[in-house]
Amino acid sequence: MAAALLLVYTVVVGLMGPIPQREILYETIRNLYFHVPMWFAMIFLFIASMVHAVRYLYTSKPEFDTWSVEFANIGLLFGFLGITTGMIWAQFTWGAWWSFDPKQNGAAITLLLYLAYMVLRNSIGDPKTKGRVSAVYNVFAFFAMVPLIFILPRLTESLHPGAEGNPGFNSYDLDGDMRRVFYPAVLGWAMLAVWMVQLRVRLKMVKEHLYENSI
Amino acid sequence: MWLSTVWFLVRKDLLLEWREKNAISAIAMYVLCTCFVVYQVFVSVEPKAWIALYWIVALFAAINAAARAFVQEQGHTKLYYYQLVGPQVMILSKVLFNSALMLLLSLLTTAVFALLLGFPHQGLGMWFTISALGGLGLGISFTMIAAIASKATNSGVLMAILGLPVVIPQLLVLVQVSSKALLVLPFSVIYKDLIGLLAIDAVALAVALVFFPFIWRD
Repeated sequence: MAAALLLVYTVVVGLMGPIPQREILYETIRNLYFHVPMWFAMIFLFIASMVHAVRYLYTSKPEFDTWSVEFANIGLLFGFLGITTGMIWAQFTWGAWWSFDPKQNGAAITLLLYLAYMVLRNSIGDPKTKGRVSAVYNVFAFFAMVPLIFILPRLTESLHPGAEGNPGFNSYDLDGDMRRVFYPAVLGWAMLAVWMVQLRVRLKMVKEHLYENSI
Repeated sequence: MWLSTVWFLVRKDLLLEWREKNAISAIAMYVLCTCFVVYQVFVSVEPKAWIALYWIVALFAAINAAARAFVQEQGHTKLYYYQLVGPQVMILSKVLFNSALMLLLSLLTTAVFALLLGFPHQGLGMWFTISALGGLGLGISFTMIAAIASKATNSGVLMAILGLPVVIPQLLVLVQVSSKALLVLPFSVIYKDLIGLLAIDAVALAVALVFFPFIWRD
């Protein structure tokens, strides 16, 4: 509910509200409210997925495994949305769908990592082995992702902000009007993502419950 | 005690390898064939392409080498080892063995590359340091991936799928540091990247040591 309100605010004010006028960017600067929060949400979800994987390893409770998978699933969805919104935006501002940018490449490899996690899960039959082995891979993937997204892009030249040492945006890029929309947008999208995860986990639990009752 | 067990297991693996020579000969053949294909296709390459090709060959050699890491530890043999040694001892010995294999392979690949395509690097020592660190990192990561993949049914395909995205950060740093070494930059510029490489290796090793027990247990 709160997520819905925040997102309505994001969409309405994000599309209608005042923005700073910039060369090249113009109205496309509004993509900040959609593209960037997708990545924030993805990172939150992948962290949550990793934490639940570790909890599963130390407790062996199957519900942690379910949480871990669903966090990774929705994280992948938001990752794909992030890469799509980014590509569309890049076509209009940088002039190409894909320009050899370290953050673009890092993001694509991150998605590959978590797709590989899904492939691994599908190729193990026994649920306990599946949970344990894929949880270990989840942790491994997470630690491979950290340098890809947070360290390597800062060491090399990038079209994205945050290259060559200074992380994120500075006051020049993001004025007060945009901040008022951007932070609620991050919160709204992240909450929406967590809500989607909850729905999927509940659905899975109900299905399992029905299955157990039927036999 | 703990370390001597590790050393014993490494020696056992080396001895088995020395007797049968199946892994090393297969991978040596792989390296020779790939190098020759590269030579036939490119004839002569620019230094930058030399580095890229070298790491691609090393990458797939590492995949092939590590894929055999847990072939012997299946079924009854696995139960036997399971009772005798702890998981950390096991993974450490496998990592050491695979890294040793990778060191040997990087020497071989460098030699064949130098013979066919020339050797663009100025300092021999610098290149060997970089290729050794790279081999170590690839050895650690792929040993862990091999342990994970050995639990699945289609482990051969999975090795590549699971491993490639995991080692891409390492490869990027390796290519970067190799290119810098090519420009004969002073050591003070390069050593930062070498530290980064060591850090990646250390993180991979730490994750392997902490989480391998969960895979080892059945």
